[in-house]
Amino acid sequence: MARRETPEINAGSMADIAFLLLIFFLVTTTMNVDSGISKKLSEKPPPDYKPPIIKEKNIFEVNINRNNELLVEDNRMELSELKEAAIKFIDNGGGDGKPGEDGTPGAPCDYCEGERSPSSSDHPNKAIISVQSDRGTDYGTYIEVQNELLKAYTVLRNRLCQQRYKITYSELEKRYKDSRGTEKDDLKKKVEDIKTSFPQIISDAEPTS
Amino acid sequence: MSKFKKKKKGMPAVNTASLPDIVFMLLFFFMVTTTMRETSLQIEAPRLPSATEIKKLEHKSLVSTIYVGKAKDEKYGTAYNRIQLNDKIATPEDVPSFILRAREEVSEGEIPFMTTSIKADKESSVGTITDIRIKLRDVNALKLSYSTQTGADN
Repeated sequence: MARRETPEINAGSMADIAFLLLIFFLVTTTMNVDSGISKKLSEKPPPDYKPPIIKEKNIFEVNINRNNELLVEDNRMELSELKEAAIKFIDNGGGDGKPGEDGTPGAPCDYCEGERSPSSSDHPNKAIISVQSDRGTDYGTYIEVQNELLKAYTVLRNRLCQQRYKITYSELEKRYKDSRGTEKDDLKKKVEDIKTSFPQIISDAEPTS
Repeated sequence: MSKFKKKKKGMPAVNTASLPDIVFMLLFFFMVTTTMRETSLQIEAPRLPSATEIKKLEHKSLVSTIYVGKAKDEKYGTAYNRIQLNDKIATPEDVPSFILRAREEVSEGEIPFMTTSIKADKESSVGTITDIRIKLRDVNALKLSYSTQTGADN
């Protein structure tokens, strides 16, 4: 028998196979960045802690029942109306704000554009949003409510930031993150200013069972 | 003259012999960077709720994740309220030790920056989340993030 030389394996399709695998991994790779609604829990109160007395009008009560229905300030409400109601409450500015830490008396809110109704919140830094949910409430609904409330704050912060610095708050925050050196300090002051003007005070009440 | 004419034969083909090498290099890069989820899920992958006002979680090594959802194993029932810590189905009582163990892995200065990320299913009940929250507060793990999808802005 004549000994034939073994023919070389055609490696031309190797690239195709490799490409196929490459595309598979390209598609399945999720460089997933975990993101979510961040919250800062309050510290555990000492046993003899007495909660401060807060005026009824400075609390915006949101109740979610086990059927995922909303009761806002004793009225039934749809989720889509919540943002407007929250804005109206925070932005009311009906009285004086919290006294400063150095003892300066609280000043009325000069950037609020609300109705200044005496029966609603005094000042954004006094306005507390209290979310009370049932143990049986769906987590999805709970997050939606939190999201709507945060949206209300975002709207207000954006408005104020636009007025003071001619830039939206989200844009300002982004710039602050990218900035360096003296510019950073300058931007930090601005961010803090907006943050303290409309502080996010959302409290979670213990759920009812 | 004839020497020049020879060249006109046509363009020589580009040598593609190294193409597979390049592609393989890319392939290996993606194979290595693809993370196939560090912990195997004992619960069904939670359908995260969507939200718009979200913040990105930075410093992955400082994040400990708690999963809440329906257990794959049917002996745990079909409610969406099972908690998974590391690789096991757990109860809220196990949360403090889970956090304390996570703390051992980071340097002391970083402890205040540790964040707990709760990945819970849409249909989980708030009660379960509250139980976890109370336990977290007991061990002073105060930074919390409710993991969500990025929703459409409206």
